[in-house]
Amino acid sequence: MSVDPEFIRQASEAMASNAPQAQALGFRFVSVEPGRGSIQVPWREDLVGDPDTGVIAGGVVTSLLDHTCGMAIISAAQGFMSTATLDLRIDYMRAAAPRAGVTAMAHCYKLTRSIAFVRAEAWDTDPSDLIATAQGAFIINRPAE
Amino acid sequence: MSGVPEQQLAAFLQRVPYIRFLGMRAELNGDEMTAILPFADHLVGNTHLPALHGGVIGAFLEATALAQLSVTQGSAKVHKTIDITVEYLRPGRAQTTYARADLRKVGRRVANVHVEAWQEARDHPIAFLRGHFLLSDPTS
Repeated sequence: MSVDPEFIRQASEAMASNAPQAQALGFRFVSVEPGRGSIQVPWREDLVGDPDTGVIAGGVVTSLLDHTCGMAIISAAQGFMSTATLDLRIDYMRAAAPRAGVTAMAHCYKLTRSIAFVRAEAWDTDPSDLIATAQGAFIINRPAE
Repeated sequence: MSGVPEQQLAAFLQRVPYIRFLGMRAELNGDEMTAILPFADHLVGNTHLPALHGGVIGAFLEATALAQLSVTQGSAKVHKTIDITVEYLRPGRAQTTYARADLRKVGRRVANVHVEAWQEARDHPIAFLRGHFLLSDPTS
């Protein structure tokens, strides 16, 4: 199966920001390559989780990681399909910097006919200084052939 | 800051901008808190079903754990999430979601919390969360 990389890019860009939750959080497409995808969420006052520090909420990072995993799956599977999360584990190594946005990168390292296994990480300013890592399993619903 | 649990909870829900973004509310009956997430369009992940975004369900479960901790620990400070595992059992439909947190162990520094979310029936949960939270020192 070979799909036009431009098609995958367009599908991923659409996915990064088209879902209502993605729009509401202001997700921005960063990049896509086979099996990997990256999305960014800029800092916003109404997304703060700790008013004492101005740090973005963990819930925003959860949505970002989940969504970025979905994008990595689409790029690994080379096509549109709906995915549903089975489980997602997130470790928070440290709080993001005050008033900082967050970028996530996900890698779908194994795709079977029905299940995708994905790892993801998130950082605020430096990709080598992570704020969170995630590991998830997703069920995929392939379009009828 | 300390006070009666109702005030503690109201203060937490009011103070955190992201809780207001979600539109989450909570009710307290004795020491039992039920978190409520009314359906809203901006929470949707899949417009075809439609279904709540998986991240929203995870976020609501985490916020429920933090709200329960704010009530129990008597501090308006936000505790820090160490890790969470979310297990998804059913899609979150376009309707109100409820959640309750169970503080399995509250130690000196760390709390272990389980949270369960459901929609039309409590015995048909849509998702679970298990997590560890680093407790803020209420005196600091």
